Amino acid sequence: MSETITEPLLHQEPEAGATRRMTLNMGPQHPSTHGVLRVVLELDGEFIEKARPEIGYLHTGIEKQCEALNWQQVITLTDRVDYLANLSNNLCYSLAVEKLLGLEVPPKAQFLRVLLAELTRINSHLVWLGTHALDLGAMTMFFLTFREREDLLRIFEMFSGQRLMTSYIRPGGLALDPPRGWQKPVRAFLDDFPSKIDEYESLLNANPIWLQRTQGIGILPVEEMLEIGITGPLIRAAGIPLDARKMTPYSSYEKFDFKVPTETGNDVFARYTVRMAEMRESLKIVRQALEGMPEGPTRAEAHRVVLPEREKMKTQMEALIYHFKIVTEGIAVPEGEVFQVVESPRGELGYYVVSDGSGKPLRVHMRTPSFGNLQGLPNLVEKRQISDSIAIMGSLDFVLGDCDR
Amino acid sequence: MLAEQLQENELAAALAAIYPAAITGGAMAHGELTLHIEPDDILAVLEFFKQQQQFERLSTVTAVDRYPLEPRFEIVYHLQSVARNLRVRLKASVTAEIASATAVYAAANWYEREVFDLFGVVFSGHPNPKRIMMPDDWEGHPLRRDFPTHGFKYSYGEQQ
Repeated sequence: MSETITEPLLHQEPEAGATRRMTLNMGPQHPSTHGVLRVVLELDGEFIEKARPEIGYLHTGIEKQCEALNWQQVITLTDRVDYLANLSNNLCYSLAVEKLLGLEVPPKAQFLRVLLAELTRINSHLVWLGTHALDLGAMTMFFLTFREREDLLRIFEMFSGQRLMTSYIRPGGLALDPPRGWQKPVRAFLDDFPSKIDEYESLLNANPIWLQRTQGIGILPVEEMLEIGITGPLIRAAGIPLDARKMTPYSSYEKFDFKVPTETGNDVFARYTVRMAEMRESLKIVRQALEGMPEGPTRAEAHRVVLPEREKMKTQMEALIYHFKIVTEGIAVPEGEVFQVVESPRGELGYYVVSDGSGKPLRVHMRTPSFGNLQGLPNLVEKRQISDSIAIMGSLDFVLGDCDR
Repeated sequence: MLAEQLQENELAAALAAIYPAAITGGAMAHGELTLHIEPDDILAVLEFFKQQQQFERLSTVTAVDRYPLEPRFEIVYHLQSVARNLRVRLKASVTAEIASATAVYAAANWYEREVFDLFGVVFSGHPNPKRIMMPDDWEGHPLRRDFPTHGFKYSYGEQQ
């Protein structure tokens, strides 16, 4: 375990006859760290003897700020945790608060949440694929994946008015009704995208450089992966179907027919295969959600939690009072604690929310997948070459905002 | 003694059979099992869950500051059994120090560093007890309830 190093890895004179080791700082501004991650490497030639990830450069105290805001204001902070999977974070927090409130969300809102969460998964995987391939020298992928990502961001903008920081899923339902004709761009994306995945695969699966740099790289025994806290596509590429959507279904995932793709290769290539298969499964889920979309409202009938419709506020005194109460005082959440888990694109995302019955959360802890996965980085890269570490870091698919919070 | 609500729970009953004094309370709420554990017994209880009940994963370790109550910190462990598809939450109330769970679950390493960094709870026996989020020369522990949200530097509450 690399964590046993307590002293900083500084230049040390080697013992007589021993090879001299070099200490190399990778990051915090290294392009393959996708954010600000610093890894202190102790090298023996081209081989990594020890790796020590240093995180915290993007620590913004989100958990502390959550304690200072009202229950419904926290939703804007959850967007900023994992900025590539903001709807998954919105969803996880909303589900946790709804659990404490004992609130049932209408079926249409649940289906729309599933639809958006799966589009988010595709969106995040597209960014991962583009940057991962770029790191390994396949530059074209980046342009192709960001072309399709643009379609998705337009869809998010159509729903919520925002491309990235959507804040669209709220406790009690959705922020807004989807605009009229929202099905058209979603359906166009569904029809268009399968051929795009084929295009990506045609560029990579027969590419000898891609195969050499990914196959057989980054293997870790599956027990060690579970032990160190790795989740998501990485653990599924090692053959364990650990997926919260199947194990503890939320937001009516049990009504959808989909598979959890697994691989047994356990290397960087297997993680790539799993994520590509996940995009196809996500498309299936989105199509089912689109075609089976129930009718009805998108917000729960709970006037102490959900803001009233604008039209009602102008005509009904009570609606105006409730609006005033929610906006000024916030919603009151009964005392209790829940740990809500959703499957984010990166793995297990859990919100541990504690309420003392007041208008603000007592504690919001985010169990984020990037933090858990990054902890396994030393185990994955040690005794390997530096160039492999780039492939391995890409396969971890971490977002430093998600890691540092 | 186990609360009535917990006696029907298989896990709680199995734990109480081996470590009768370890459980100080607990609840089954929102479909989630919470067990309050005596802090001195936490390692034995974690070992029990890992070795005998197939809880392979430690999902997260965190803390809740109950200031001004004493003991003020609740250390919260979330365990998951992938094989049995179960989750359990263990809580131990401490004033300042608890044994490190890294010997049982390697995943506890960074989570405990985070709790040490942000709450100032010491994990005895931790292999690398250093700050993880805040700079190494930072003073104070920001997630404590008596630490102002905007820090001490920009606190406008009291005019000097």
